Amino acid sequence: MNYSATIGLEVHVQLATRTKMFCACNTDFGSPPNTHVCPVCLGYPGALPVINEEAVRLTVMTGLMLGSEINPFSKFDRKNYFYPDMPKNYQISQYDRPLCIGGAVAIEANGVAKTIPLTRIHLEEDVAKNMHVRNASSIDFNRAGHPLMEVVTEPELDSSEEAFAFLQALKQILLYGGISPCNLEEGNLRCDVNCSVRPAGQPALGVKTEIKNLNTFKGVFQSLQYEIKRQIAVLESGGTIVQETRRWETETGITESMRSKEAAHDYRYFPDPDLMPVVLSSEQIECWKALLPELPRQRCDRLVRQYSIPPYDARVLSADKAMADYFEEACRYYASSQATRSAHAVAPSAAAGDEKLAKTGPKAISNWLMTEMLRLLSEKGIDIDQAAIRPKALAELVRLAEAQVVNSNTAKDVFAALFEQGGDPELWVKQKGLVQVSDAGAIEAMVEKAMADHPGSVADFRAGKSAALQFLVGQVMRASKGKAHPQRVQELLKKKLTTTAN
Amino acid sequence: MSEWNQLTVHQCRELLERGTCSSRQLVENLIEVIHALEPNLGAYLSVDEEQALRQADAADALRRQGKTARLLGIPIAVKDVINVAGQPCTCASRILEGYRSPYDATAIARLRAEGAVFLGRTNMDEFAMGSTTENSAFHITRNPWNRECVPGGSSGGSGAAVAADEAIAALGTDTGGSVRLPASFCGCVGLKPSYGRVSRYGLTAFASSLDQIGPMTKDVRDAAILLGIMAGHDSRDSTSVAAPVPDYQAALQRDLSGMKLGLPREYFIQGLDPDVEAGVQEAIRQCERLGARIVDVSLPMTPHAVAAYYIIASAEASANLARFDGVRYGLRVKDAVDPMDMYQRTRAMGFGPEVKRRIILGTYVLSSGYHDAYYLNAQKVRTLIRRDLEQAFQACDVLLTPVAPTAAYRIGEKSQNPLQMYLGDIFAVPASLAGMCALSVPCGFTSHRLPIGLQVIGPAFCEERILRAGYAYEQTTAWHRQKPPVMAPELHLTDKNDNEL
Repeated sequence: MNYSATIGLEVHVQLATRTKMFCACNTDFGSPPNTHVCPVCLGYPGALPVINEEAVRLTVMTGLMLGSEINPFSKFDRKNYFYPDMPKNYQISQYDRPLCIGGAVAIEANGVAKTIPLTRIHLEEDVAKNMHVRNASSIDFNRAGHPLMEVVTEPELDSSEEAFAFLQALKQILLYGGISPCNLEEGNLRCDVNCSVRPAGQPALGVKTEIKNLNTFKGVFQSLQYEIKRQIAVLESGGTIVQETRRWETETGITESMRSKEAAHDYRYFPDPDLMPVVLSSEQIECWKALLPELPRQRCDRLVRQYSIPPYDARVLSADKAMADYFEEACRYYASSQATRSAHAVAPSAAAGDEKLAKTGPKAISNWLMTEMLRLLSEKGIDIDQAAIRPKALAELVRLAEAQVVNSNTAKDVFAALFEQGGDPELWVKQKGLVQVSDAGAIEAMVEKAMADHPGSVADFRAGKSAALQFLVGQVMRASKGKAHPQRVQELLKKKLTTTAN
Repeated sequence: MSEWNQLTVHQCRELLERGTCSSRQLVENLIEVIHALEPNLGAYLSVDEEQALRQADAADALRRQGKTARLLGIPIAVKDVINVAGQPCTCASRILEGYRSPYDATAIARLRAEGAVFLGRTNMDEFAMGSTTENSAFHITRNPWNRECVPGGSSGGSGAAVAADEAIAALGTDTGGSVRLPASFCGCVGLKPSYGRVSRYGLTAFASSLDQIGPMTKDVRDAAILLGIMAGHDSRDSTSVAAPVPDYQAALQRDLSGMKLGLPREYFIQGLDPDVEAGVQEAIRQCERLGARIVDVSLPMTPHAVAAYYIIASAEASANLARFDGVRYGLRVKDAVDPMDMYQRTRAMGFGPEVKRRIILGTYVLSSGYHDAYYLNAQKVRTLIRRDLEQAFQACDVLLTPVAPTAAYRIGEKSQNPLQMYLGDIFAVPASLAGMCALSVPCGFTSHRLPIGLQVIGPAFCEERILRAGYAYEQTTAWHRQKPPVMAPELHLTDKNDNEL
């Protein structure tokens, strides 16, 4: 029998605020345990919470970016349950009046575009971190009280691929909006997934299970794949699914039961009497709306328009905000250097070297980013912000290549060197003596020497084996240590081989 | 030695400024009286003599340098539920035994900035839950007017300390009458400010939407002075209100001409102790003589106030007290096998029966399936009660009522019957639920020589009105100057010579 899966996600996003949700403690990650704590985030007797307005703004901005309706009257509630990572044994969260209602995220999975509707986005406080050392437990409260935004989807994802695509799309938007650093290693994004399966065509949803606290996208993907298979296997063998919370075991790659619905909490939500409702005027919302950043899709369209690059390039570049920022900055440097460099520009030619890198201007910059940059970044496992080659240097390198000061192979080497060390490409080329040899006399001497050294190849060419030409070009290039202008070499060789024959 | 201990705050200030006495003398005097009386009274949970004397010396030194402040060198006793940096804050509970506060409550910080000396921590019902101070986990407090009687609660230690001149003034907290009731039972002045008037930051929460810190003093002027210092917006308490703080002392006038005093007919009902009723009626006549006009008003929701109060207060308390779990501070049982075991045994051992009763009640009224029937309905009743009072204030400036249906009763008399004890809050809780301000002023004695309290209720943020009415009444009567008889034989102040005051 065929089965369809139904998946809903709850994504917890740590917001990029300087201070915690309800106190002035610092939100820095990686400090020694219990150094960013105070009576408020430790839940000391008499301490009171005060709402972090920046956290409210970031949540509303997220809602605006995702097309949510912003609740003009929102409030905070107490969610009651006991756990050692909860300083007050209640979490300040939002129950029936979240900041944002609805909204959607556009995704593309398995080549199919789809829009995933959101239920809500609300704001709450993060809990502390429990650490278990042999037979003791300790608690680090640095994280306790970090602003946590929860994005809840409708159960309209159909596969683990869609769940994965959703998380990537959401992350992209959050990065664009400066909402969260979205650093998965630091736990900035954590996900609970709800999943059920049912025989294809059956209208009623199956019994769902919840997998809690997944902190990687891969974990979401793999646990869902496992869980869907597990549920189908249970149904196939005539069993029934138990509504329960399950835990994903990364090592074994399976989900395990944590607690069943019978043991589910009654959170006894009620409005937190320590906090006033959040009332947002339409003026305030309009004011924030005006400050909305450009979103990935809008930027993609603009890149095509503004820089005349192919839509494919624009999509790749705009996928990562930092990459797109880099691209645009490089284009700006390129444009501003046009006047100064045009003096020794030579008409570009696409005949030699790597064709992609020989394109001019924005397209050339785009090519560098999509090929060399992405390759080196993934080799080193770093982000574009960490690459030593800065946009200005890339723009100049493109200029040098266009002006045929360096040939394309040399340019690749320069790029690789600057990627590691940074610096000015023109200076680098001069210091390393990499300036392309275009001097006709010097090239002619090397061509003649190559023909003299390899009479067999000369004969082969004249006998009609055109491949011999490439061999001879290679010999000249080697002799010039790669600096000879490959096209000139080829032209000259061709001329000599044919004329001498006559 | 002088009986400096009998002074009011404003008298202390005068004598300190004149150089008649020093802060050290004042504090030493109080410590001596505390030593003499405490075995029979139990008003304090702890007295920090060393720190108080250090603060007194520092205040005296500042004064010698010509510095002054509104409370410079004047000792204040603090209910053991308000945080004072470095001092215990047990809330009269085993679960916070040994806990020392790492910070000052905002009200404390403001008093400290005016030079106040923090002498000691007064007894109370555990976590302010109770009307008699019998629910303290450590010991009971006796009524200075009759040691067989309760001092009222939950701020019974503060009431008894002020009445017995073991303190110049004290702070109490009022959730559903906890300042007014002990003030009434002990014969001192107690003021519950409007909700949001005084910051709750640093007040260990019982019911967050009701709690307020209030002064307990020997006269109305002192209440005005302390309120004026503590009141005002605090960025650490979102529920504190940014309304300007008027000069409360300027509101103190000796007549009531032009004032309309409302008598809610639902407060003068069967079950009201005849002596209490007589005392309050006489006070009403006195107010008329001072120029006030008396009007009849109705607060029809009054019979529902106690039920709504106990649902809302307990619901909030069930969450507020969840933090006492043995993880970060306070009591933690040994050898817990897992967190749940630690929670259960720590809380079973740390909380007393009344606190447990209210946590269970509060958990119940919030639980799924009952939430709407109890918690939500109680909130609706609360709104109706506020409307009742707002409507009444259309017809009058303040309301005059008894604080409680009876004067102080015998220790143990009601402790086995919580419901009966809860009903003693009936006149106090409407002002609390409505967030309005209320004052308790001594207005006579019962035939058993127990104090009676007159309650003056005012609209939210109209503390000047209740202070004015209370002051005018107080200044033309002598009730507040009466001293409990139990004090005289206990004092043994015969070793020194002068007796100026």
